[in-house]
Amino acid sequence: MRYLPLTPDDRQSMLSKIGAQSIDDLFVDVPEEARLDGPIEGLPMHAGEMAVEAHMKALARKNHAAGDMPFFLGAGAYRHHVPASVDHIIQRGEFLTAYTPYQPEIAQGTLQTLFEFQTQVARLFGVDVANASMYDGSTACWEAIVMARRITKRGKAILSSGLHPHYVSVAKTMARFTKDDLSYQAPTLEAATDGQAMLDQIDDQTSCVVVQYPDILGRIGDLSAIAEKAHKHKALLIAVVTEPVALGAIKSPGEMDADIVVGEGQSLGVGLQFGGPYVGLFGCKQKYVRQMPGRLCGETVDAEGKRGFVLTLSTREQHIRREKATSNICTNSGLCALAFSAHMTLLGEKGLRELAMLNHKKAVQAADRLSQIDGVKLLNDSFFNEFTLVLDADSRPLVRKLADQRILAGVSLGRLYPEVTPLAHGLLVAVTETSTEEELEQFATALEGALS
Amino acid sequence: MSMLSEGRPTRQEDNLQMTDTGSITTHTGNRALMVDEPLIFEIGSPDRSGVDLPEAPQVESRLGGFEREAPIAIPGLSEGEMVRHYTRLSRQNYAIDVGLFPLGSCTMKHNPRLNEKIARLKGFADIHPLQPVDSVQGALGVINELAVWLIKLTGMHGVAMTPKAGAHGELCGILCIRAALEARGDAREVILVPESAHGTNPATAAFAGYKVEDIPANAAGRVDLEALKARLGPDVAGVMITNPNTCGLFEPDMKAISDAVHAAGGYVYCDGANFNAIVGKVRPGDLGIDAMHINLHKTFSTPHGGGGPGSGPVVLSEALSPYGPLPFTERHSDGHITLVEEETVEDRHPHTFGRMSAFHGQMGMFTRALTYILSHGADGLKQVAEDAVLNANYILRSLEDVLDAPFAHSGPCMHEALFSDKGFTNELTTLDLAKGMIDEGYHPMTMYFPLVVHGAMLVEPTETESKAAIDQFIGAFRSVAERAKAGDESLKSAPYFAPRRRLDETQAARKPILVWTEDEDFAQAAE
Repeated sequence: MRYLPLTPDDRQSMLSKIGAQSIDDLFVDVPEEARLDGPIEGLPMHAGEMAVEAHMKALARKNHAAGDMPFFLGAGAYRHHVPASVDHIIQRGEFLTAYTPYQPEIAQGTLQTLFEFQTQVARLFGVDVANASMYDGSTACWEAIVMARRITKRGKAILSSGLHPHYVSVAKTMARFTKDDLSYQAPTLEAATDGQAMLDQIDDQTSCVVVQYPDILGRIGDLSAIAEKAHKHKALLIAVVTEPVALGAIKSPGEMDADIVVGEGQSLGVGLQFGGPYVGLFGCKQKYVRQMPGRLCGETVDAEGKRGFVLTLSTREQHIRREKATSNICTNSGLCALAFSAHMTLLGEKGLRELAMLNHKKAVQAADRLSQIDGVKLLNDSFFNEFTLVLDADSRPLVRKLADQRILAGVSLGRLYPEVTPLAHGLLVAVTETSTEEELEQFATALEGALS
Repeated sequence: MSMLSEGRPTRQEDNLQMTDTGSITTHTGNRALMVDEPLIFEIGSPDRSGVDLPEAPQVESRLGGFEREAPIAIPGLSEGEMVRHYTRLSRQNYAIDVGLFPLGSCTMKHNPRLNEKIARLKGFADIHPLQPVDSVQGALGVINELAVWLIKLTGMHGVAMTPKAGAHGELCGILCIRAALEARGDAREVILVPESAHGTNPATAAFAGYKVEDIPANAAGRVDLEALKARLGPDVAGVMITNPNTCGLFEPDMKAISDAVHAAGGYVYCDGANFNAIVGKVRPGDLGIDAMHINLHKTFSTPHGGGGPGSGPVVLSEALSPYGPLPFTERHSDGHITLVEEETVEDRHPHTFGRMSAFHGQMGMFTRALTYILSHGADGLKQVAEDAVLNANYILRSLEDVLDAPFAHSGPCMHEALFSDKGFTNELTTLDLAKGMIDEGYHPMTMYFPLVVHGAMLVEPTETESKAAIDQFIGAFRSVAERAKAGDESLKSAPYFAPRRRLDETQAARKPILVWTEDEDFAQAAE
């Protein structure tokens, strides 16, 4: 028990100080019948570092790591190269093992990085303010819908067919209990986005329109017209960005007048990690700042007039407002936000723009190569680093077959939309700076083989 | 937008030689290792980068006419500058790696580095959540193995692994209760929450569409059982109880509370934030609890990271298990593990309330928690609870002569000791004592929580502190408490020896500055 410093003598002398005979005297409030005596059936006893490491490594080896084979998955989680210095910084004990900065005088490191993070996110999204992070993109998306309800006092949200289906599922789960009225239809395998259909739905009962940008099929659609119509009806436009690297190449949602912009920040600094922890991004126009969920870090001064940072506007939060809080959220994704911010700081605007164009142009090459294959059509007129291929048959068995050949092809839309049969013909393919031309060629050859 | 090329002075009077406290100032505003680190926006430049990228292929772009033209105005730093920036900032943080961190209800214990090493194995860190399940059997194995431990340690029936933090777990549990009630056509509207509860409890119930009603605490700092029983009825969906509670006490009536709630047709949610006090000693399932979240980061030690990420799996009773969220794992007799999600849920799990986040939960936390659990084993975890409780009681009994301990007469505390500001003079407050502790080299205890005690101070030493470390802490705490009782004015200006003196939180809220702007008038912020 290498983490426990008390010796038997320590324990005895402490018990004497307390005036207790044995440790069980300290558990007197636990009724006898609820106390556990003896070991819990089926659970092993403590183990040394070597044994634990060996066990966990054996489990790790059963997984196909993305870096070990051609890899083309996206759909809300992207494989980007994380510079070594980013992981080094987040492993510094003073960041890794610090708590929520409730005592700002001795938490300026965390607070300043959160302030920098907020500024970076706001600028990337093209909005006035951003918070200090949420759990992930999908929960941030739901929080934005709740926020729109609070602002407009209406409960009808229009979700674009291009919104990530998991994000839709989260909203549906929550709306079942909050009684929000969600309007949503799954996408079809067509190049055009559903912009016009959404415009037609916006009315005076609408709280918000939620549009993913680029959307789940990789398409890039105009948000301006939707923003205009939404605003005419005093509804809000919520833009969802699951691939923030894209904003190094394409217009920000804020430029197109989105009111709230949320996103998944995993692409920068965080890594795939089988789905979590990730980092939710959340920004909005200045006028809505007091309706925002989550933590906010603000600039102030200390008693000597020096600039410093504190958590602020906490009167929105659960620990003060209890059942009247804007959200029940208590933690943020501090460490992941630091990773995002440090990666962004390494890139700078120049690096981010270059990284974005590298992603995009590799994706263009891949789309052209793959769509030459018989039985494969490219759906997209436009895309960033992810696009949809339309096959003649269900892509799910194909994906499994290629995985057995140690090629991790894209994400089958059949897995994401099992209830919509025709969508199973779609295969979402993502390409980032980490994929090589050789890997693309291996993928293309295997795809040709599988389809012939 | 552009940026400054050098750090903005943190105050206007940088040339002053003396301040009101008599400390000498310097040309840079720095004090040896207490560095005034500029913001990246003041030292970086949009055309500087710490990343070398290969050239993009020469092909036409296909961005559909949405090319970004406006500047982003995000500064870059070279790798060396970036490392220096964040390293300097890190040294302005107190952390458990620096010293004892006695935040009650937050559980700051040693963060074993083996956990970090394991979480970074490429087989865990570099796998995609939507890879075919046959290619991620090890990762599903981690989820499954951890789930088994959580179920056995709590004596419950099932566990929902996907909630992303404690409060998210609360939401999961309440949604399970709501779904179970709906399934029997019972539209109950009220959740009862004791006033000693975490603020997340009432916020969660409201977020899930419930009306929230408070239940008072009794004089012993526990739920008033009679008041609770009197309020139960056909409109009550359930209660949310924290046990051990936020006064640091075990609720001895827990089983009676559960029985009463069940008899009235409701369900019992237990806030398991303090499970570390009873792990291996008590199984919540034996107390009649229907749902309880477990903060993996607290009980099973994953990094707190300046506020997160957390992870809040929810253990469920047999009654609530069918309603838990997607996705979850199923282990088959041949050892193969499948993932039950939208595609595979079919007819066997008709009651699941659906998905509450994208993907499978906090996998990176699962690997850390499982590593920690295997290191301790069933025997070690029991020792964890015992030592945490021993350390807390040692602090309670060592300080009750100098500090008011409102529930000390109720008997032993669990893993945290509660004190109040009773007896402080000269308008000194809990906040002043806390800031005084900073000058003693400690992170302060939790302040003003729980709300049921005036000027509350909640101290949680955890099991990873040695007796010597605790004795030293007790000495420092005693000395600052004596100063507070004696009315030592100097405490009102503490801390003196931190990277920043006391920060003006009122101004920050009144005139929020949430992002950096180049033309921001710093003097204006100081008004």
